[in-house]
This record gives sequence, structure tokens and C-alpha cells, in this order.
Amino acid sequence: MPPILELRGISKAFPGVLANDHVNLALEEGEIHVLLGENGAGKSTLMNILYGLYTPDEGDILIRGQKVEIRNPNDAIARGIGMVHQHFMLIPVLTVTENVMLGVESIKNGLFLDHSSAARRVRQIAQQYGLNVEPNAYVKTLPVGVQQRVEIIKLLYRKADILILDEPTAVLTPQEVDEFFKVIRSLVAQGKSVIFITHKLKEVIAIADRITVLRNGRVVGTTRPDETTEQKLASMMVGREVILRVEKEPACVGEQVLQVEGLSVMDERGNLVVREASFSVCEGQILGVAGVQGNGQTELLQALTGLRAPLSGRVRIMGKDVVGLAAMSQAELWLQLILRWKDGEMRRQILQTLWNNLIGRTVPRRVLQRGVAHVPEDRQKDGLVLSFPVMDNLVLNTYYLAPAARLGILQREVVRAQAMQCVREFDVRTPSLLTPVASLSGGNQQKVIVAREFSRPIQLLIASQPTRGLDVGSIEYIHRRIIEKRDQGCAVLVISSELDEVMGLSDLIAVMYAGQIVATLPADQVTKEEIGLLMAGGQRKEVARASVT
Amino acid sequence: MDKRRKKFFYALIYAGAALLLALCLTLCATATYTQPEQSTTFVLNAGSESQALPVGDLVLPSAMTWYVYGLVCAFVGGWQAARLLQRNGWALLAVSALAGIAGGVWAATGALYAAVLLMGGEVWAGAALLTGLAGLVFLAGLAGLVCARRRISLSIALTAIAILAVFAFLIWAARDRSTNLTGLLSSALLRSVPIALAALSGVLCERCAVINIAIEGMMLTSAFFAALFGSVAANIWHWPSWAAFICGLFGALLAGALLGLLLAVLAVHFKVDQIIAGTAINILAVGLTSFLSSRILSEFQNLNNPGILNRVSIPLLSRIPVIGPIFFEQNVLVYMLFAVMAITHIMLFYTRWGLRTRAVGEHPRAADTLGIDVFKNRYVNVTLGGMVAGLGGAFLILGSVGRFDEMMTAGKGFIGLAAMIFGKWMPFGAFGAALIFGFADALQTRLAILQVAIPSQFLLMAPYLVTMIALAGVIGEAIPPAADGQPYEKQ
Repeated sequence: MPPILELRGISKAFPGVLANDHVNLALEEGEIHVLLGENGAGKSTLMNILYGLYTPDEGDILIRGQKVEIRNPNDAIARGIGMVHQHFMLIPVLTVTENVMLGVESIKNGLFLDHSSAARRVRQIAQQYGLNVEPNAYVKTLPVGVQQRVEIIKLLYRKADILILDEPTAVLTPQEVDEFFKVIRSLVAQGKSVIFITHKLKEVIAIADRITVLRNGRVVGTTRPDETTEQKLASMMVGREVILRVEKEPACVGEQVLQVEGLSVMDERGNLVVREASFSVCEGQILGVAGVQGNGQTELLQALTGLRAPLSGRVRIMGKDVVGLAAMSQAELWLQLILRWKDGEMRRQILQTLWNNLIGRTVPRRVLQRGVAHVPEDRQKDGLVLSFPVMDNLVLNTYYLAPAARLGILQREVVRAQAMQCVREFDVRTPSLLTPVASLSGGNQQKVIVAREFSRPIQLLIASQPTRGLDVGSIEYIHRRIIEKRDQGCAVLVISSELDEVMGLSDLIAVMYAGQIVATLPADQVTKEEIGLLMAGGQRKEVARASVT
Repeated sequence: MDKRRKKFFYALIYAGAALLLALCLTLCATATYTQPEQSTTFVLNAGSESQALPVGDLVLPSAMTWYVYGLVCAFVGGWQAARLLQRNGWALLAVSALAGIAGGVWAATGALYAAVLLMGGEVWAGAALLTGLAGLVFLAGLAGLVCARRRISLSIALTAIAILAVFAFLIWAARDRSTNLTGLLSSALLRSVPIALAALSGVLCERCAVINIAIEGMMLTSAFFAALFGSVAANIWHWPSWAAFICGLFGALLAGALLGLLLAVLAVHFKVDQIIAGTAINILAVGLTSFLSSRILSEFQNLNNPGILNRVSIPLLSRIPVIGPIFFEQNVLVYMLFAVMAITHIMLFYTRWGLRTRAVGEHPRAADTLGIDVFKNRYVNVTLGGMVAGLGGAFLILGSVGRFDEMMTAGKGFIGLAAMIFGKWMPFGAFGAALIFGFADALQTRLAILQVAIPSQFLLMAPYLVTMIALAGVIGEAIPPAADGQPYEKQ
């Protein structure tokens, strides 16, 4: 019997890049076929070709042994191919049923939408495959995990047999991932075939029936999970030996650098998203904040770096409360000055804050000048000025200081020399120093940020999602750099929604749930399951019980 | 950004509350200086040719009306202020007490006044009506209090008050005189028709995420062609008037559709910035119609005389007093507006086309991955939008003015866009907003006739001002289609 889907010699070139180079792939009926590869290896291009969003330059697509041509998504849908995109293709203001039937609407009386019969079918599909969803709920009100189920129901509603899932686990918690894998297995048990795209090695071993690895647009090999290991897969992906485990010496802890006490922060809608967070980070220590995205990490980080005024609480960096004082109003500062006149240290700080306010120095800059480096969550939005050249991006935090500027005039030659050194030291792959940073790959963009932040004497490093969307090779590199900083005696705060990353890097793990630090645990004394449960809002006691049973 | 918006919102409530309390004082003060025997007569019969059943005139005692309104304003104003200070318990108490006392005093005075007037006898009908009206408003206020936590109640209250304020103003302007209320409302509807059609055109375009600021130009051009085609059919081919009308309408729709198509080509296919494309079409329309009308219409006068549509009375419905003359004794184009509005609503929310349009407006890429042709959808919608704008142009010529003048749309297309936003991109909402603008227009004309001693500029301004305050609370919640204004790029 021929495979349900076969790709033969697919090639696709974009200007300057050969995204797919004679790729062969066979999907057997009822199997979970994992497509593994680094970012830019051509996985998404290949799947977009299969789904009709791109046309291949060369090669054939065969379905059940018959050659077919797929020119647009309609063709793909008609041939039973469905795709869950990495960024969900759902319309938030419509209901689940409306989203599902969009494009294949059921019609009554020749003109009107038949919501009730569509909802019935949605409910029936949901029951059949164990995808619990309320058909009349508005998509914008649903959590991410449920939205993903809606995406899958969308495919099943169209009677798709071949399901393409593009990095489906990127947005899920570990528990949700387990749940999701169960759904996938039940789909396969009922005769569906699945192509599963990912770059997470652990998942591959857990879910795959067969694995095809892509590198630079070419198929490197096809294997089975029982014939391979994570290590081997990583080497296939990157093309060289990769150290998957973060290797580090035990921490050598010194003075407290960052002390946070009872910090509460509101988001722009006025919700209290960080509640009474307290923790501290010491010299030579890495504190990892684990948590599902959207549990207040973003706002916590913004408060720490002075980008958002906190509601209450103290943030002391090297013993000084920069953020808290800066958030006070002028009147409050004067009042505090009078009240605390006798406390010499406080008086000095308040006077300094008043002076800083007077000359209009911004809070983030005051934080930076305390020796804080900040690797922001969204590198393209907050980390870089995309249209600026690499060179200028490398001095964004020091351009106003000597030697980069003299008497307020930018010293281009000095900047160039500094940038050159950074690029060399941090191995940023860029055609030139004047290339706009926007045209660099994600990994290299992140390296630019890391180079900028690390090439300055710092006491505290605050890194949020430092390796989001990066491939194994770049992850390894960034992790090594962070450990290096720690070993030099820098205090490090890492916020990440990748549990493996937090577990691997940290000496101490703080779990954040619903704006609260629910637990702070030494990294070598907890299991992944415990942290996962805490991240999902479980109690420590439950965790203990769960680990006993 | 959101914080600022919130502050703005609260500032608006403050402004609203202050305005209402001020209004209350003004009303009561004017009332004190009004002769007790002065009264305002509202004529409710439309005119001699109307088929509606005749009803008696509405005679309102001017002074007492103001007292009642003052009371209502005090109540709602105090309530608004209390809402603001809800967080501080004592302030809430103080304000409600103040409002209560103020309201009580005015109520007592008003009641006394009413009693005196009622002794006089002649104003029974008006007083009964007023009491009923005040009771209704009071009940509405109470209902609003119950759901005070919901933001919507603010705009409802303010809108109700705005309507009352306008009405009170009218009573003052027409004291000791009579004015035709039905006629006023009927002309308000008539004036709102082009605005409503422009707004509907905007809804059609923006629901699929194409901003259409070319509505003005589309209306102007189609007005020109309606005049030209209608005149040619009527005066040169000597067609019967209904056929000439259809010919004019055809010209307008054709012109609108072509300009819509042009916008679609620019905005959808060539991905030109939609504001620039729209502005270009507006400039094109002004230039084209000015040139053609100076070359053709002013040379041959009979090419600019298509005639005006007759009113058509709908049997039975038109016999309802007040309502009948307003809604059911209009020309065919007004009925077409109702039809287009209803059809747009049904199509948008209950059919496949509508679902796809909304999807394209919200998340075109998602629609694309489901095999929906985003470009086709936008082409169709923008062209349809152009045709609806064309209908607006046709109404200006065939249903209202009867001849083409340069720049005759006078910003109605843009006001239509404002109505669309006020109406939250909903067909009926857009129509409602257009009605308010139309009423403002009609009222200003009426006040000019009544020779009110206020400078006409202020008269022109006031209704818009009240409308803006009433509706600004709503704007905060109006969310445009998510992809509005963004050209769609295939990957």
C-alpha cells in the first residue's frame, strides 16, 4: 500500500536562499511523523507548500500514490490536508462554531447560516476525539490550550485525514502538553495521520513514530525514536556535536544584589498582575522564574527595569531603591525626605532621586546605571531598533557616555571599533556592521543584544526568554554566556516559560502563578513535574502527594 | 494608553455631570422668568396632503416643562456625580444628599407651579402628557441606577438627557408660538438619508478592512451622473418620469460602483495606503464633476433637471398619526435606505458572505488559510460600498435637491463616516447616528425660521456638541475591525 502522503524531490528557492532542496518525505497512514529541524531549516516552507500557500519550484506531491497539484489552501482542504499554524488562525470576535465553519459554512433556506447544525457537528466531533470545547463560546474568551483544540476541530470538521501541526506545543504548559499528546494519540488511533513540526527534542522522543530531520533545506535522515537519542537528533539538526545539558559548576554565592520586597504591579488595564512578590538574587547566583506566560512575568520585569511604575513595594539594586523612589510623586519624596532626614543613606538616595527627576533622567536609565543589564522578552520590539544598523544597536545603552560620545557628539570611529570587537567576541554573523539588524536571523539578533548588554561592567543581569525561538546551537551558546557571567560573580535573573531552560540554568527556581511567587526552590531538589504542577496553580502539598503516589 | 483613555472617560463623566447640573439651573432660571401663561404649541399633523389621521395639537406650558426637565437633569446629574465618587463613600453620600435636596426643592416648586397652572384649566392635556413623560424618564433613571455598574447606562442616560435638552430648547424657542413637530422629524429623517447611506457604505467597506474615505467623492460623482442620466432620459428621450428615475439611479449606481472598483484596485491590488487612495478619489471626484458640470450642465440647462421623486404613501401604515407622516410618506429612495439597511444587517450577520466578510476584516490571513479569497471578498465589498454611496448621491439629486451643484455633498460623506464609527460599524447603529446628525441639521434650520436670538453658528454647533458628549462614552467601547486599514499581503 502506498503511503498516504509522499513528497518527492520538492525544491523551493527564495531570493538568496534555497529553502527546500529536493526534499523527500513519506507519511504512512496512521503514523505520527515528526519533522525536526532548526529555525530556518525549511520545515515551515515545506509545510506551506503542502498546504498550498507556496508553489514548489520542483517536485511532486503524491496522495495515496496519486500525483496531485495543490495550488491553494482550498486544494489542500479538498484533498484532506489540514494545518494548525504556529500562530493560531482564529478570529477572536467570532464564536467557536463560526470559526470552525468559516469557509465550509452550512446553509439553511438557501441563504442563511445554519449555526445550530454546525454547532451540533462541532459538539459531536469534540466528543468523538475527546476535545472538550463549548461551541457557542467566543474564541477571545478561551485559554490558549482550548483555542488549540478549536484549531484541531477546524481540521476534523473539514474531514482532514492528514493533519499538519506546526510547533503546537510552543504555547502550552507541560501539563497541557501531556493532555495534547493524548489527543494526538486518539486522533491517530482513529485513523488520522499527523505531521508534527517541532524543534523540541524531548517531545520528539515522546510522541513520534518516525522522525525526519531537516537541515539547511535538505533531509539529513529519517529514523525511529527507539533507534535514536536526543543527543543524536541534536547533532543531526545542527550538524555538529551539541551539549544539551547546561554544564555548570555549583554556584558560589556572595552578597545580595537584587532585593525585591512586596512588589505589586498593575497592568495597563488596571489589573493587579504582580502581587506582593518578594525574592532576592545574590552575586554568582542564577534565579530562574518559571511560569506559564501571562502570569505577571512581563510586568514584573518591566517594574524591575523601571519601564513600569510599581504600585507598591521595594526594589533594591545593590542596596539602593531606584525603582520605588522613582515611582513616588514629587510631594511624596519631599515628605519622605523630611520624615527620614535622620537616616543618612535614605536621605542621600532621596536627594539623588530628586536631582535625577530635576534633570529629567529616566528611570530605566537610572536602573542601567546601577549596573543592570536587560535582555528583554521581545527582542524585536523592545530589544533592538530594527531599522538601525548592527553598529548603532550595539551602543544603544552607552551611546551617551564617553568614549562613545564626547561633549554630546557621537564618536563614530570609537563606536565602530567597539562594535567590531563585540561582533568578533560574540560571533554575530552579519554581512557588515552597517547591515540593518532587521535582516539578521533571530539567533544573531539575540546575539547582538547579548553582546551589547554583556560588554559593559554589570552587577545584575535580567534576562527574559533569552532563547525564545532560537535553535539548539544558539541556545547552547547563550546559555554558556549566561553561566559565564554568573561565574564572574554577576547576579542573574532569568525569566522563561521554557521549563527545561529554567531547570537547566538556575541555581534557585521561583515559580510564578497568577502574579504571585508561589514557591522558591533550590533547582537541584525539585523535579520537573513538581514545578509543572506549581506553574498550573497547584499547591506544594498536592505536589508532594503527587510525587509520593 | 488605556490609562489615559480611562482618565478621559472620567473627565467626560465629570463634564457630563457638570453640564447636566448647569442645564438644570439654566432651565429653572429661565422658567422663573417666563410668564406662567406662556405655552408652546407643537403641531402634530404633517400637512394638508398627508393621509395620516388628524390629531390635536400638543400644547405645553413652557415654564412647567422646564421645571420638570430641571428636576430630571438634577437627578441624572447628581447620579453621574455620585457614580464618579463611588469609591469615596462620604463623597457619594454628600453628593446624593445634595442632589436629593436640590431635586426635592425643584420638584416642590415645579409641583406648585403645575398646580397653579392646572387651576387655570386649559392645559390639562399637556400636563398629563408631561407627567407621564417625567414618570417615564424617572423610571429609566431608576433602571439606570440598578445597572449603574454597567458602563452603557452612562451613554443611555446622557443620550436621553441630550434629547430632552434639545426638546426643552425647542419649547423655549417656540414659546407663545406653534411649530410643526412632525414636519421637523420628517425633515430630520430626510436629511439623515444621505448620511445614513454614506455610513452604510462605510460599514460595507470597513467590515472587510478597507477604509473608505472616498465616500464623499463617490457620492458627488454619482450625484452628477444621476442628474445627467435622469435629465437625458426625462428631457431628451422624453421617458416617463419613473423610467427617467430608474435611468438616473442606474447612472448613480454605475458611477459609485466604478469608483468603488477604482478604490479596490488601488487599495487591495496595488496596496496603496487607503487614506491616500481615498483622498485621491475625492480630489478626482471634485475635479471631474466641476469640470463636467461647467462644460455640460451649465451649457445645457435641461441636462440638469431630472425632476424630483414624488412621495409615496404606504397604505394603512401612513395613516398612523405622527409616525405615519415621518416614516411612511417619503419617496422611494428613503424606503430603499430602509431596505438596504435591513439587508446589510441580515447579510452581515446571518449569511455566508457576512461571516466571511467579518473574518476578512478581523484576520485576513486566517480567512486565507481556510481557502477564502480575501482579495475577491474585498473587491466585492468595496464595489458594493461604492454602489451604496452612489445611492446616497442619487438621493441628493432625485430625492431631495433636484439639480446638481458643484460640491453639493458638503461633507455628508465624512459625516457618514463619523456616523459609522458612532454606530460601532453596525448598520442599524450607523442609521441611528445618522438620524442624530440629520436631526441636528433639521433643528438648526427650524430654529433659524423661528428667529431665535442666538447666533446661528452656535445653533449649528450645539446639537453636535451634545451628541459628542453623549456618545463619547460609547466610542471608548467601539472597536473597529482588527485589520481595518491594512492591505493584505499574501505570504
